[in-house]
Amino acid sequence: MSFINYSSREINCKIVYYGPGLCGKTTNLQYIYNKTNPEAKGKMISLATETERTLFFDFLPLSLGEIRGFKTRFHLYTVPGQVFYDASRKLILKGVDGVVYVGDSQMERMEANIESLENLGSNLQEQGYDLAKLPYVVQYNKRDLPNAIPMAELEEALNPTKVPSFEAVAPKGIGVFDTLKAVAKLVLTELRKGS
Amino acid sequence: MIQQLVMYEEELTQINHICETLARDSNAKAVLVIDKNGQGMASAGDVHELDVTSLSSLTAGNVAATGGIASLLAEKEFAGQFLEGEKISYHISIIGQRVILVVLFDGRSSLGLVRLRVRKASVELVGVLETMVKKSASGSGQPSVFSEITDDDIDNLFND
Repeated sequence: MSFINYSSREINCKIVYYGPGLCGKTTNLQYIYNKTNPEAKGKMISLATETERTLFFDFLPLSLGEIRGFKTRFHLYTVPGQVFYDASRKLILKGVDGVVYVGDSQMERMEANIESLENLGSNLQEQGYDLAKLPYVVQYNKRDLPNAIPMAELEEALNPTKVPSFEAVAPKGIGVFDTLKAVAKLVLTELRKGS
Repeated sequence: MIQQLVMYEEELTQINHICETLARDSNAKAVLVIDKNGQGMASAGDVHELDVTSLSSLTAGNVAATGGIASLLAEKEFAGQFLEGEKISYHISIIGQRVILVVLFDGRSSLGLVRLRVRKASVELVGVLETMVKKSASGSGQPSVFSEITDDDIDNLFND
């Protein structure tokens, strides 16, 4: 749920990165954090285990500039990808304005990809959202790995509704900002529609 | 359509006033009002050294996790939490099921005093929030900033 402050002239939106464990959600946020000007970002918070697996969420506040005199602030969240953290994932989806689904391109992660995508749909539904109506983009991460599945197969399995999708190599930043820009645009366009 | 919560000048002034009064009357270091989704809405007191954005997100996460525990225990919600530190304590209460009121205080105040003052502030905040929600739903007659936004405006945001 976006929050518009006419007094301080700010638009605040929440974007959630969703996907199976180890697909690169946190890496996306880390890359964005490292490449963003200090004045445009806040502190990145990671609630992680000792082995650096996301325990609850990562959080990165980001300013994308002004639109008609309103500052646009995006709060980026990741969910914990591991299957048993489902209760936490549900909490993080509350109030979401846009979703990025990060898929893992590796053949052996296909089952985990599909399970996570189905989990996204059912968790959104539980919160009263419909994925088909939300600003939503897909990212296929780890495109540089030798065991990456061809794009056409990934698209068929993970993007049946043909939303905007991006190839990515998150540690190198390939596709990271393209994905963010695409979902941010969809969120702002949706806000306009709702006005 | 995305549900929106809209804050107008009038309500912000009222919320700021409630926060300032609460900070003063409870001898608090700082008072924060946070949307349940983690957006900071208003603050008072000694906030310039605080990372309000991060505190807002973490507090909302904390409240969400506590709410999750409540529902597993078939409780409606745990309306309040108190985090006691050596120097600073952190009092969290949920107001009108919608926002989170935080009071940070040190040895100059006490839990009893904070609880007492929070109770009074809560009642006032509920009233303002109700107006805010109604205005958000109706648009308050003010033209929405979004209706005038063009595709070019959105594209321009992303010009490197």
